[in-house]
Amino acid sequence: MIKHFLSLEWKSFFRSASFGKNVAMKIFMVFMAFYMAISFISLGVALFYILEDQFPDINPVLKVSEFLIYWVLYEMLLRYFMQKLPVLNIKPFLVLPISDKKITNYILGKSAFSFFNFLPLFAFIPFTVVLLFQGYPALNVLLWFVAIVFIILTLNFINFIINKNDKAFIIVLVVVASIIGLQYFEVVDIPKLTAPYFYALYENPLFVLIPAALVFITYRINFKYLISRLYLDQTLKKKTKEAKTVDLSWTKRFGSIAPFLQMDLRLIWRNKRPRTQAIMCFAFALYGLFMYTTGMNRELPVMLVLIGILMTGIFMINFGQFIPAWDSAYYNMIMAQNIPLRRYLDSKAGLMMASVVFMAVITTPYVYFGWDVLMVNLSCAVYNAGINIPIVLFFGSMNKKRIDLVKSSIGNMQGMGAAQWLVGIPLMIFPMVLYAILYYTTSMMVANIVFVVLGITGLLLREKLMTVITELYRKKKYAMVHGFQQKD
Amino acid sequence: MIQVNNIKKAYGSKTVLDIDSLTINKGESFGLVGNNGAGKTTLFSLLLDLIKPTAGHITSNEIRVDESEDWKPFTSSFIDESFLVGYLTPEEYFYFIGDIRNQNKADVDSLLSNFYDFFHGEILGQKKYLRDLSKGNQKKVGIVASFIGNPEVVILDEPFANLDPTTQIRLKGIIKDLAADKDVTVLVSSHDLMHVTDVCERIVVLNKGEMVKDIKTTPETLKELEAFFTV
Repeated sequence: MIKHFLSLEWKSFFRSASFGKNVAMKIFMVFMAFYMAISFISLGVALFYILEDQFPDINPVLKVSEFLIYWVLYEMLLRYFMQKLPVLNIKPFLVLPISDKKITNYILGKSAFSFFNFLPLFAFIPFTVVLLFQGYPALNVLLWFVAIVFIILTLNFINFIINKNDKAFIIVLVVVASIIGLQYFEVVDIPKLTAPYFYALYENPLFVLIPAALVFITYRINFKYLISRLYLDQTLKKKTKEAKTVDLSWTKRFGSIAPFLQMDLRLIWRNKRPRTQAIMCFAFALYGLFMYTTGMNRELPVMLVLIGILMTGIFMINFGQFIPAWDSAYYNMIMAQNIPLRRYLDSKAGLMMASVVFMAVITTPYVYFGWDVLMVNLSCAVYNAGINIPIVLFFGSMNKKRIDLVKSSIGNMQGMGAAQWLVGIPLMIFPMVLYAILYYTTSMMVANIVFVVLGITGLLLREKLMTVITELYRKKKYAMVHGFQQKD
Repeated sequence: MIQVNNIKKAYGSKTVLDIDSLTINKGESFGLVGNNGAGKTTLFSLLLDLIKPTAGHITSNEIRVDESEDWKPFTSSFIDESFLVGYLTPEEYFYFIGDIRNQNKADVDSLLSNFYDFFHGEILGQKKYLRDLSKGNQKKVGIVASFIGNPEVVILDEPFANLDPTTQIRLKGIIKDLAADKDVTVLVSSHDLMHVTDVCERIVVLNKGEMVKDIKTTPETLKELEAFFTV
């Protein structure tokens, strides 16, 4: 049976739709996979020597134990957002003569072979091997490693539970948040507190039974939960949510683009992928908090520009790069109904403009870090509004890949094409280079003024630019209509 | 009203539609029949400028559809579910279509009030998104939405498919009423010969992309069509 699991897992990974049909994407994915594997392996190998060098008096295993809590939290987060549960795939098995027990074991067993479970092993295996070569007690080291594998599996199954159960999710969220909070406000030193427990797994090999028991318990909880729901109309069938209509008549003040604005707001709010992106944009307003306080960023004008462009333009970039693919499911209607292409594009530009203004306003508190920060952010906002919005729309005309709105959000590569990678250059790299040149040849003041002037020029030329872009969309219309019909 | 001039659509070397000339007059109720792959949807897609003609062109009210967007204000259509916005409720969708066709809420409501029987209580006030409706109910929404805004040309591709018998009969009544209005040109395609002969004054048969029959509907038309399709 295990052979089947593995082969199915392998196929599902390499044949998945998001894996993409185009070669560039595949190469990129393989490259990324190699890159991650190699970085993890080197981390695993180097870890021992780094720790030995930095903390010669402390057992590296003890030091690693201090970090394990962070790893656990990170894994939980990563898995919650990215690991897909293989539940839907069981539909074809329900009608075959296979017992429910077997199917349930199959689902859970399959999840044990998830890519996410192997990723940390790339680091832990080399680390374990190095420990063995360094003459650490073999039994302790090996059982410690086994314990780590059990922890990985426990996380795997906990993720299963919290993904299916909102209460469990909230409990885990509260626990994680309080751990981070306690650490942040230095109430308790979490790594120091938890390290002995993780270290105990090494010191006393018998403790391996604890993570083993955890795996068993979480497995049983999942098993019980799943087997009672092995019907098409329960877990498998996606829930139909009751539609709630919010009054959006306030958008009327925006004139002829109002109906599209309403539709875009509903698009964002009612579909998982755009909603997650919109929420991420809010989170991105905090990016500055992180960036301004760490390293050299605060001193480097080029970094300030990158932060400024990203913070005020994050929604513009995230949402804008998939215009008009967001509307791919009903693009035929957009094309056949009484919707002039120009007005459609104007409404998208309007939405992005509103987001830039909004982000510029909510990031003003960064003036706390200095007036220059605020000035750079505002100049970047004007630049985004005048220059980058047309650029985003321009690159949008290359979109021909369908996006299914109902599919999940993070890690979803659907709709990705070369345009999404290329667009980063003019949007971010160009202004950084330009700013750097201006800054080092003249002054920050001049650089800011040039950015504002460029932005305003873009705004003044907007009518013209939009006409050119509309013409481009008109030319690509048939290719888009055709491309958006292709479901994968 | 609609003039098809030497239109040809080919994918590679395979020609899927090839019509020399076809004129559809204002106020006509026009039926299009043919087997799968005959080119019915292709013709409608060309009419709506959703695909690019390989040769020739179509004019609607003297406007070349592939060169101008000016045919959009008086043309309305429902081809398939790619005309529906899945994350809207039926009401929101109707009002959206109303908005873009310059109809206010009251206009849309008064139009919808004519279709309560047709909706059979399964569309309005259901608190469901269009994507969660059944195929048949989605179709009802799409068809009724295509009547919003007093269009002069209404194009419906396979409107009878996926509908239950009662709804099919009601839809026939609706299309007949629409066709009785001499300002409205109705284009309908169907696999159901009986329905099409019931509602259309003129029927064109497509076969492998070519027009093989152009009939003014008479009581004998159904027999003639059945004879044609009996192989």
